[in-house]
Amino acid sequence: MKNISIIFLILMIVWVLLNNTFQLNILIPGAIIALIISLLMCRRCDIFAEMKFTPKSIAYTFIYLGIFFIDLLKSNMDVTRRVLSPSLPIRPGIVEVKTKLKSKFARMLLANSITLTPGTLTVDVKEDSFFIHWIYVEEDEIEKASEKIVEKFEKYLEVIYG
Amino acid sequence: MVNTILTIALAIIILSIAITMIRFVIGKTVIDRIIAFDIMTIASISMIAIIAQQAGRIIYLDIAIVYGLLSFLAVIIIAKYLEKSL
Amino acid sequence: MELVGAIITLLGAFVLLIASIGLIRMPDVYNRLQVGTKASTLGTILSLIGLVFIMPGWSGKLILLIFFIMMTNPVSSHVLARAAYFIKIPFTSRTVVDKLKVSERALTIKTED
Repeated sequence: MKNISIIFLILMIVWVLLNNTFQLNILIPGAIIALIISLLMCRRCDIFAEMKFTPKSIAYTFIYLGIFFIDLLKSNMDVTRRVLSPSLPIRPGIVEVKTKLKSKFARMLLANSITLTPGTLTVDVKEDSFFIHWIYVEEDEIEKASEKIVEKFEKYLEVIYG
Repeated sequence: MVNTILTIALAIIILSIAITMIRFVIGKTVIDRIIAFDIMTIASISMIAIIAQQAGRIIYLDIAIVYGLLSFLAVIIIAKYLEKSL
Repeated sequence: MELVGAIITLLGAFVLLIASIGLIRMPDVYNRLQVGTKASTLGTILSLIGLVFIMPGWSGKLILLIFFIMMTNPVSSHVLARAAYFIKIPFTSRTVVDKLKVSERALTIKTED
């Protein structure tokens, strides 16, 4: 039930943004089609099941978005410095980090955030370890690398998704 | 003034697509060519958005949305094919 | 307000230019993916945000496009990196460590027993 209503809400938001209006004769067909799609497609999916809707988690979502965007800007300055400097300062390698997150959606968000932050790219996920291509390897032990890469996002995602 | 700056931005984006095309031609492996294709598509999305602003037609943005969707699907399907798990 | 938007769009175009230069200069597939993903995502987001400032009436579709790119671009780069590793595209000679190889060997030995 929770999954179906979340999918329905997402589809309705996309429909309203696409049409850019609130007229009733556009909203009603959209609502009917979104209901049909969410009932047909989402009988077994459990991707949003761990999501919480407390005020604290909503506040943390916005803090998370802010931190994410600042990190995106930082990573681009880093990339620009590496690309434009003549000696090409890279020392690449694949390191392993551990995560404590259990839910699938939180893991997807964590992998996406790792990809868009300075110098790291998720290559593979096996059980609870992520394999990360790092453009300038500083630590290759699991605990220290986890501390450097994962922890700043993990503490927010843990509150939002549990 | 605004139109001039947007035209310069359009020219820079076209230059970047041309540079990416070099990698598309010389790329040694398949993955190199797919990355070049992906970046060309993403640059084209912002190019289409700027052209839509210059022409004053919001309907062009729909083309950008569908273009992004199709390129995402194409990249996923090619990668799945290369992994032989399709 | 319109001038601010135009300057943000110009900045985004420069970031896209950096993405393409990095694509030419970097030595192997994985580093090209790093530069390509980050710089092209930020470049497109910045140029679309600039257009939001110029044309406030279009913000619905532009914001939809921004969220779409932010969600799908990292996913396609993960898939490409995994495929590149799977079909054994070689690393550059400056690579220092490869933990995935060690773990993969451990996994195959375990399944053969």
